[in-house]
Amino acid sequence: MQQGAVLAMLAKEPAHGYQLRARLREALGPVGEDMNDGQIYVTLTRLEKAGLVTAEQEPGLADRPDRKVYALTAAGQRRVADWLAEVSWPKPDLAEFHLKLVAAAAAGLADPITIIDTQRRELLRRLRDAQRAALAEPDDAPAALLLEGMVLRLQADLRWLEACEQQWTNQTGKYEP
Amino acid sequence: MSNIDTMTTVLRTQGLRKEYGREASLVRAVDGVDLEVARGETVAIMGPSGCGKSTLLYLLGGLDRSSGGEIWLDGQELGRLSERGLARLRRDAIGFVFQAFHLMDELTAVENVELPALLAGRSPRAARRRALGLLDRVGLADRARFLPAQLSGGQRQRVAVARALVADPAVVLADEPTGNLDSAATREVLRLFDQLHQAGQTLVIVTHDPRIAATADRIINMRDGTFVDQTMLQGGTSGRLGSLYALEG
Repeated sequence: MQQGAVLAMLAKEPAHGYQLRARLREALGPVGEDMNDGQIYVTLTRLEKAGLVTAEQEPGLADRPDRKVYALTAAGQRRVADWLAEVSWPKPDLAEFHLKLVAAAAAGLADPITIIDTQRRELLRRLRDAQRAALAEPDDAPAALLLEGMVLRLQADLRWLEACEQQWTNQTGKYEP
Repeated sequence: MSNIDTMTTVLRTQGLRKEYGREASLVRAVDGVDLEVARGETVAIMGPSGCGKSTLLYLLGGLDRSSGGEIWLDGQELGRLSERGLARLRRDAIGFVFQAFHLMDELTAVENVELPALLAGRSPRAARRRALGLLDRVGLADRARFLPAQLSGGQRQRVAVARALVADPAVVLADEPTGNLDSAATREVLRLFDQLHQAGQTLVIVTHDPRIAATADRIINMRDGTFVDQTMLQGGTSGRLGSLYALEG
């Protein structure tokens, strides 16, 4: 499980392991159905070792990861802020980007629209590069087809960002800086 | 590759506004837009339907009067011009390209292109020479005598672009130039806009299509009548193509 996403789910307030899982499930809907719980706890253990979260065992409860209360440390908070600001679209990881928006809005960390705008700028630059390359190829060159594929993918990504923008614009008010 | 002359502003607006209706039903279609377009620059304006981008283009082109603010084009403030002065400015300084081409069906390609020059009082011979030269430039020299109905969508839009260039305008304004085209025809028009851009033509494109927008130096994002974000595309690239789809690392 993506470390940034797990951390961000704790940005609003500390949570029990099972609550954290529920937050991820809620944010991801059916996409999160195949989520591996064990993996989340592996990630949490790593984050704890890295000093990004604390894991408090509640008195009187069994020593199980889902019963612990996880909270961000100051370093964890900073990591979340970095993750939100980071622009990455190497592979089309829609879920991670979606979780950024959800986490940013829920914890009041950043305006989802700003995150969308940053992402759009990056995608437009990539589109420009791919298109330049595509236009430079003769129409019947095999590479033109690959480049056309990249251009179409980027267009689809940009269209999705438009939908994100519309959705999050309608929900403004939830974000209070 | 950049032909932008940052010292010279061709088109400038200040506090530009356009409102429709009144009181409770007041719609601010364009709400305080400040824009500066340098000579040789291509600017794309994007945004969701209804964000005011087409209204803005109509104001810039003097096809519609603003409710407030200023538009300076080629040294003239549009609001201070009479209808006649405005018509003259449109004819001499602005080229229009529309989504639906707006060609005259009963005129051939070359007749469509030369028409504005004839209306501007050029001699038929000079107008014809200019029109043929422009058709050659858009790659349609061999289609000069074809009627629009005999041309493909991409070819029709290229004729429309040739017509827009006939007066050698200070700026070409394009409203969704690829909006009616399939992907092969879109590529024809993209190539043409890219060529115009390289040749130093000043262009303002209003569009929904990121592909045509990506030919610009600068993309402005518009929402609710105002500019909210800007992406600079000219100059350095952001990464290698291979990294797009994990072909490397």
